[in-house]
Amino acid sequence: MQNLIVFLWRHNFLFIFLLLEALSLLLVVNNNYYQRRVMINTTNDITGTILSSVDEITAYIALKNANQILSEENARLSNRLPSAFMRTDTAQFFVGDSLFRQQYQYVSATVISNSVNRRNNYMKINKGRRHGLRPDMAVLAPNGVAGQIIEVSQNFSSVMSMLNSNTRINAKLKNSNQTGSLSWPGHNYRLGKLVDIPSHVSIHLGDTVVTSGYSHIFPEGQMLGTVQEFSPAPGDNFWEVKIRFSVDYNSLQYVYVVKNLMRDELLQLEKKQVTQ
Amino acid sequence: MLLTNIFRFVVILLLQVLVFSNVGISGSIYPAFYVYFILLLPFETAGWLLLFSAFAMGLSVDMFTNSLGINAAAAVFTAFVRPAAIRILRSAREYEPGITPGIKDLGFRWFFLYATILITVHHTALFLVEAFTFDDFLQTLRRILASSAVTLGVALIAQLLFIKQDKK
Repeated sequence: MQNLIVFLWRHNFLFIFLLLEALSLLLVVNNNYYQRRVMINTTNDITGTILSSVDEITAYIALKNANQILSEENARLSNRLPSAFMRTDTAQFFVGDSLFRQQYQYVSATVISNSVNRRNNYMKINKGRRHGLRPDMAVLAPNGVAGQIIEVSQNFSSVMSMLNSNTRINAKLKNSNQTGSLSWPGHNYRLGKLVDIPSHVSIHLGDTVVTSGYSHIFPEGQMLGTVQEFSPAPGDNFWEVKIRFSVDYNSLQYVYVVKNLMRDELLQLEKKQVTQ
Repeated sequence: MLLTNIFRFVVILLLQVLVFSNVGISGSIYPAFYVYFILLLPFETAGWLLLFSAFAMGLSVDMFTNSLGINAAAAVFTAFVRPAAIRILRSAREYEPGITPGIKDLGFRWFFLYATILITVHHTALFLVEAFTFDDFLQTLRRILASSAVTLGVALIAQLLFIKQDKK
């Protein structure tokens, strides 16, 4: 026993190294939903406060550009308003029922930290649980999809960016309605990869790719990008399509969080389907 | 000495998370400048303290960038390699107490080699842990080399700036 302690003490540099390295790697490996819930909820409010005060300065510098984006966004949104509503087509009407019921609700937020140069990029936004945000809500940029919320604290939220190896978005080609899965291969923050489009479908350069709405997270028809290049996947009956993102993720400043007011109902229905 | 290093810790951490983490040169370069803190720790720093301060620095950067453990793992590894790097690099002057690892005391050539070795080790560990795979190693290698070069440049500029100040 004494020999062991002497041995450990003599090589304490090596053992402390192994201990700390193991601890770090453990953090990395467990850095999934559980670990994030434990750690980031406590740190979000501290780091969030510092980051948001820095963001105020950069926001002021970018004000002119932001105004332009916002006015474009306003024009676009007023054209699209009906898409936020779902027609209730039931034959029975009771008092108080309305023709349209709102399915998606938009909350505006400011990005207070963001990155594009990692393999797994995250953002923080300045709205949190207090503003009704929950994990799994969609985050939209003025001209496309930004990501989805993974964690919320009282006043801030962590958003898994489109530029993340874990992001998979159910997408479709706007003109043929063929669905596939959009992800980010990691080389270039302007380019994404769309797979699972069968090779009998004809694709053209510049075709628009939008969200399919199947996931209950993103509303249908949100702009994702345009086709830049496509080739048959080797040994497979599917296309491999390179998509140019419509959003420049390096200059994100204002985003919208989308609440799907009928998500719980849809999920419950699916659960019943599985149990049967 | 202790106060200087604590002050340096805070300044370098803020520089990293507020400036360098946001520098997006050509999209794939991520200068992990905070390794400069590990480079500048005094020679007489005890082994355990070296490792723990590197761990603290890496973990603090991680908190700001939602990358729990990645920077900590790389920083601890760099701190582990540091004594060996110092032993390999003989210098004209002995590493006597009071001497700090920098251009001022040990000359440009010594610091350049010292910084190149440790910065490259650090970025290699960092990007490999981040990618967590050897797939597409060429892309990872490109990121390592480009980011190391930028960090080395910034570290040398920082050194030269402070030498000038001392002479005045």
